[in-house]
Amino acid sequence: MFAEFLQYLLSGITVGAIYALAGLGFAIIYNSSHVINFAQGEFIMIGGMATSSLVAAGLPMWAAVLLAVLITMLVGVALEYFAVKPARNADVVTIIIITIGASIFLRGMAQIIWDKESHSLPAFSGETPIHLMGATIVPQSLWVIGVSFLAILVLGWFFNRTLFGKAMLATAYNRLAAQLMGIRVKRVLTASFGMSAILGAIGGIVVTPITYTNYEAGVMLGLKGFSAAVLGGLGNGMGAVVGGLIVGVAESLGAGYISSAYKDAIAFVIILFVLFFMPSGLFGKRGTERV
Amino acid sequence: MSLLRVNELSKGFGGVLAVADLSFTINAGTIHSIIGPNGAGKTTLFNLITGVYRPTSGRILFDDVDITGKRPYELAALGMSRTFQNLQIFFNMTAVENVMVGAHLHLQPRLLPSLLHLPSVRRRDAACRERCLELIEFVGCGKYRDADAASMPYGALKRLEIARALASQPRLLLLDEPAAGLNATESREIDDVIKRVAAQGVTVVLVEHDMKMVMGLSDHILALDYGRKLAEGTPEEVGKNPDVINAYLGAAN
Amino acid sequence: MQMKARTTGLAAMAIIIALLPITFPNPYYYDIADTALFNAVLCVGLNLLIGYTGQISLGHAGFFALGAYASAILTLRWQVPPLAALLAGAVAVGALAFVIARPILRLKGHYLAMATLGIGIIIYIVLNTEGWLTGGPDGLMADNFTVLGWKIKGDGSWYWVGGGLLLLAVWLSLNLIDSPVGRALRAVHGSEVGAEVVGVNTTHYKVLVFVVSAVFASVVGSLYAHKTGLITPGIGSFFRSVELVTMVVLGGMASTFGAVVGAIILSVLPHVLTTFEDYEAVVLGLIMMSTMIFMPKGLVPTVMRRLRRRRAAA
Ligand SMILES: Nc1ncnc2c1ncn2[C@@H]1O[C@H](COP(=O)(O)OP(=O)(O)OP(=O)(O)O)[C@@H](O)[C@H]1O
Ligand SMILES: [Mg+2]
Repeated sequence: MFAEFLQYLLSGITVGAIYALAGLGFAIIYNSSHVINFAQGEFIMIGGMATSSLVAAGLPMWAAVLLAVLITMLVGVALEYFAVKPARNADVVTIIIITIGASIFLRGMAQIIWDKESHSLPAFSGETPIHLMGATIVPQSLWVIGVSFLAILVLGWFFNRTLFGKAMLATAYNRLAAQLMGIRVKRVLTASFGMSAILGAIGGIVVTPITYTNYEAGVMLGLKGFSAAVLGGLGNGMGAVVGGLIVGVAESLGAGYISSAYKDAIAFVIILFVLFFMPSGLFGKRGTERV
Repeated sequence: MSLLRVNELSKGFGGVLAVADLSFTINAGTIHSIIGPNGAGKTTLFNLITGVYRPTSGRILFDDVDITGKRPYELAALGMSRTFQNLQIFFNMTAVENVMVGAHLHLQPRLLPSLLHLPSVRRRDAACRERCLELIEFVGCGKYRDADAASMPYGALKRLEIARALASQPRLLLLDEPAAGLNATESREIDDVIKRVAAQGVTVVLVEHDMKMVMGLSDHILALDYGRKLAEGTPEEVGKNPDVINAYLGAAN
Repeated sequence: MQMKARTTGLAAMAIIIALLPITFPNPYYYDIADTALFNAVLCVGLNLLIGYTGQISLGHAGFFALGAYASAILTLRWQVPPLAALLAGAVAVGALAFVIARPILRLKGHYLAMATLGIGIIIYIVLNTEGWLTGGPDGLMADNFTVLGWKIKGDGSWYWVGGGLLLLAVWLSLNLIDSPVGRALRAVHGSEVGAEVVGVNTTHYKVLVFVVSAVFASVVGSLYAHKTGLITPGIGSFFRSVELVTMVVLGGMASTFGAVVGAIILSVLPHVLTTFEDYEAVVLGLIMMSTMIFMPKGLVPTVMRRLRRRRAAA
């Protein structure tokens, strides 16, 4: 009974960690530019696909990972430079279409560069399951959870302790004031896309040995990441992480106890329910709109 | 006779009171000004009266009916309308269409007749358009009647908002800094518009920093500072009040 | 002046619809044209919501699919006459939209995008999962559409139905926009608080337009089911919803003719691109990005403005 619950919980935390990374990616970009980047899921896909093909081409794992992260980051920066920046002052719908267009474009490119097949990666430290109070967990899950946790810690350090991180936070808080203080807002925007891409790539790489990846794998992951970010309250980094974990765990418990067919629906039911009662998410800024 | 009564009204934003325990009365048929330094709570007070914000505590009575917590559109139906310090123009419409939205309540808007453009709808719309053009003329924006609002200059938009508010045929009209950002000539024109509106029997509540305009127009002045009543009375009384002079000099420093 | 532009536009559209089939080299073209017409009707409805009222929906394919499934299920399983099934579907979808509209339309911007997206995906997953009713991923068959003994059969007849419906939809939309209700909708887009203080109940109008656009989608869905004869859950997917929004935005938000043009372009495009099948996604993505970057107002308004400026210069 408890073992079963623990099993669901563990797998929920594993996917939840990926959602958290994706949600964090949404939050970082949203904070610096108020853009919702619907191509966030494609960063995850590119990270996994690139690593897998580089390993297949004979590169050692570490080199493949580094290179894949770098490639994804460049894609993120290019996305900002070519698609988002030129539409700076457009309204919400326009920018939504642009980033959705970007996601379709990247998916199409992935299908041309690679193919429509599933790709995998060897698990980082073997496949021998670890037993834990009646539940089992594959070592790769620990990698997923550990690496995500580490990435979140590094980000926390970056935003609170480094000058550039603080500059990014300042820009999020008040763009004009930041600009007047001499912060180069343009660089902050570019950096936010680069960083979100890196986060996505990392998530994609660690999760590929478990879930496999293909050119379409980013769609659902991206939407779940968006749910995580909205659930936590847009622009709230820690909110996105908590949101990701909630979505992951709820999904896993729901699939286990209620219906596995409705696994993907659960995230959206939760999000609707929360938004009905808290229109700006769990930890979103509340307050009276100024008139 | 009192048209609007505000009783012990307060509004807090995260602990800070923008309007604090404020009570006053506005008599029908007067021009009533509300003055105070920046951040005194004037716009917040307008937002409370017109239902844009909900008060933290206190009551508002319009025609001796408790209207606390009612939404703006309900208050508009009771005969209250306003303009905004920061323009709330419909930039996706033309000038006359903006004003025609102001006449919304008097058009019996229903879906099916609108979809079919029934003759009754067309007739009412045509008549409404005529009335709205008169209003545009009345506030002095005649030459922009069919222009896109997005292409109009700031001064004209300020007046267009007044015309839109008038189109709802209010008994109480609240104007939030109608002359802000206007030059001396334009200010005088606004001054004149307000006088003519008041002459038609509309009760006007005016928030304005232009003291000359306030002193010249008002029957009654309420001075606020930090959300509280600082002084109240005729222009002469308030102009002589040492607290008011102090608050203004203090703000000027 | 506006009146004239409207009649000219409608007349031009009627003539194009009437004469277009002359240019069709084979019946396959009717099939493409039918889809384009149906999408155009749907987009005219969606444009009322997105373009004129400024409320995004990333889940409208869900309402389309519900209409389609309602018709297929009712006519096939319970032998309900097609027209009655269509109406029943429209009423049901309208009721659903009405119930969810109030809480959903309190949300703004990205939160609204998220919520509508969620609704769409939930509908899609239900259609996929409840196989006992919907046939699951394999889908459902639907029969021909018959009204009063008259059977609409073949892509040729559907063309005239679609064309007539599009003219009707455009006429209704143009009427609405230039009426008190339409001005209230546009005012909601322009400034909600500005509209409220002159007596516009913004919640009421947002709910109203959401329901109207959902009913448009449902009706088109019903007809689509009868036309294609086979429907699968894919017609309600997130991708379809995105496609519909793109049609509206590409053609021009807050332009009825724009929605029609956008719908036609994006419906025909895949058939033009079949020769580079592998590049379809890449090209679609590029088109979406570049139109939004270079003509954020959409095709029709941008072109109209250029024309007007040229005429003014001449
Ligand atoms: N929506 C809001 N959320 C938080 N604080 C607010 C909000 N609206 C107003 N305030 C605060 O309430 C106080 C009063 O503001 P208000 O705009 O009412 O002043 P005002 O008298 O209209 O000033 P001004 O002359 O500059 O227009 C200010 O400190 C302001 O920052
Ligand atoms: Mg103010």
